[in-house]
Amino acid sequence: MTLNSIAAQIRYTLCDVSSQTKTPHLGSCLSCVDILTVLYWRTMHITPSDPDNPERDYFLLGKGHAASALYTTLAYRDYFSPAALYEHGQTGSQFEEHPGIHAPAGVETVSGSLGHALSLATGMALSTRLKGAKNRFYVLMGDGELNEGTVWEAAMFAAGKRLSNLVAIVDFNKLQGTGESTEIMHLEPLEEKWRAFGWHTIRVDGHDLNALEQALEAAKPIQQPVCIVADTVKGKGVSFMENDNNWHYRIPTAEEVDQAKQELGVL
Amino acid sequence: MRNAFARVLTELAKDDESLLLYYADIGNRLFNPLKEFAEGRTINAGIAEANMASMAAGSAMMGYKPFIYTITPFTTSRNFEQIKIDIAYQNQPVIIVGTGSGLSYANLGPTHHSFEDIALMRALPNMHVICPADAYELEQLMPQLIELNAPCYFRIGKKNEPAVHDGQPTLTFGKVHVMHSGERIAVLSTGTIMPLAQELVRALNERGVSPELVSFHTVKPLDEEYLNDAMTRFDHVITLEEHNVSGGFGSAVLEYFSEQASWPRVHRFGIPDRFIDQVHSTADARAKADLTVADIMGTLSERGVV
Repeated sequence: MTLNSIAAQIRYTLCDVSSQTKTPHLGSCLSCVDILTVLYWRTMHITPSDPDNPERDYFLLGKGHAASALYTTLAYRDYFSPAALYEHGQTGSQFEEHPGIHAPAGVETVSGSLGHALSLATGMALSTRLKGAKNRFYVLMGDGELNEGTVWEAAMFAAGKRLSNLVAIVDFNKLQGTGESTEIMHLEPLEEKWRAFGWHTIRVDGHDLNALEQALEAAKPIQQPVCIVADTVKGKGVSFMENDNNWHYRIPTAEEVDQAKQELGVL
Repeated sequence: MRNAFARVLTELAKDDESLLLYYADIGNRLFNPLKEFAEGRTINAGIAEANMASMAAGSAMMGYKPFIYTITPFTTSRNFEQIKIDIAYQNQPVIIVGTGSGLSYANLGPTHHSFEDIALMRALPNMHVICPADAYELEQLMPQLIELNAPCYFRIGKKNEPAVHDGQPTLTFGKVHVMHSGERIAVLSTGTIMPLAQELVRALNERGVSPELVSFHTVKPLDEEYLNDAMTRFDHVITLEEHNVSGGFGSAVLEYFSEQASWPRVHRFGIPDRFIDQVHSTADARAKADLTVADIMGTLSERGVV
């Protein structure tokens, strides 16, 4: 399968799981699918059959409400069966709406409260360097998540320590829960902001798989923390969901899932 | 007590490379001896306590046993949500050290007081709460907390607290230390208010009572075995803490007793449910909080205890 078709399959499954299990945050999930696809199929040093391999790279999901995007990526990357995704959000399921301590293999940390992941990864990256180990740490944050002050505490600390094993990726879809992220808080100029905080920055089209792959490769030799500001579209890939913030919470009908399937070209 | 903390940590960290310290830009030269041989493990996290708590959890996930250290309100209430999710829920072996607890920094005002920290920490599943009374207790308990390999809140004083023990006592985490046995009344004290408890015992002695005096250094888990025994041996249990009487150590004791068939009368003494300000010493602050032997004896007398 090409990366494109993998991403399309993940998008379709996200719509179907959301519809069948009544799981919200579909728009937030769809905007970061391409980023996750490139990370898990191209960038990260991982072994799905040995998820706890001590030499692995770590992915931390900051925007925990997009848990379904992470679960679905892990499923198609062979951490577990995609069929299991349909247990999402059910009582007793390891697929909780926000990843908990019982989350399936491949999920590194609890998420759901915004602004924790970069701090956790910063502590992990510093400790890894202290041990002389080579693991790299990738953190995906939403633009709404950047409202949280701890993100900037961690940003200052990581830059001060020049943590070159740490990459932050902002899923910059310009929408947060109830409105436009650039208006609710003064986010822009976002790339310059990260640079002012001491990070090397790369701006990229968050839906261009080649560009994402190149950006993530380019980040590897940089001797300071790197922030990739990925311009994305909330609800990406399904025409009637794109840039419509209702899909932060709305659940698609079976008909809408069929339409999405056709648009995505999934068989 | 903070000097003892730095000294004990320095000693332990020599033989244990998993120990690591994050501090939020306080301590000045306190950690220089640690830095001398463990510079990479002596980390100034900056004045960013919420980030510090999560970073420590991250370090724990990578195999370290981190301490986080700053003045109590900033390492318990300011970063509470990080402690809840990253340390307690994910059950990471981070030891949260609050220095200058209770009214230790009386003159610095309510921003630097902590009367709610025990309540907050003991409400978190997986969390252990330990309040040593003096440097001896700190030194005895610290290695045991490291051994525990679990989330801990270590509530300590600042400096020059009087020693409450004549020499090094033998303490066990989770078990009370009976300072001396007695009858009819038990005085259960946690943390740095022990000198007041000792003074209270002397006052009770003068009234012809010989109470038992206990250092209840571990607030969570409570030593239920001792409390079960105390239920049968005493008519009155007095709890003492430099913490809001609501939600702290006394509440924990009362909660435990309330689930039993019968229990002694419980008298909780601590900070009343109000902020304490405009004070210039711990003694003044305790007086303003009605936390003096005279106040306590007055209450006990009104209640017919003595």
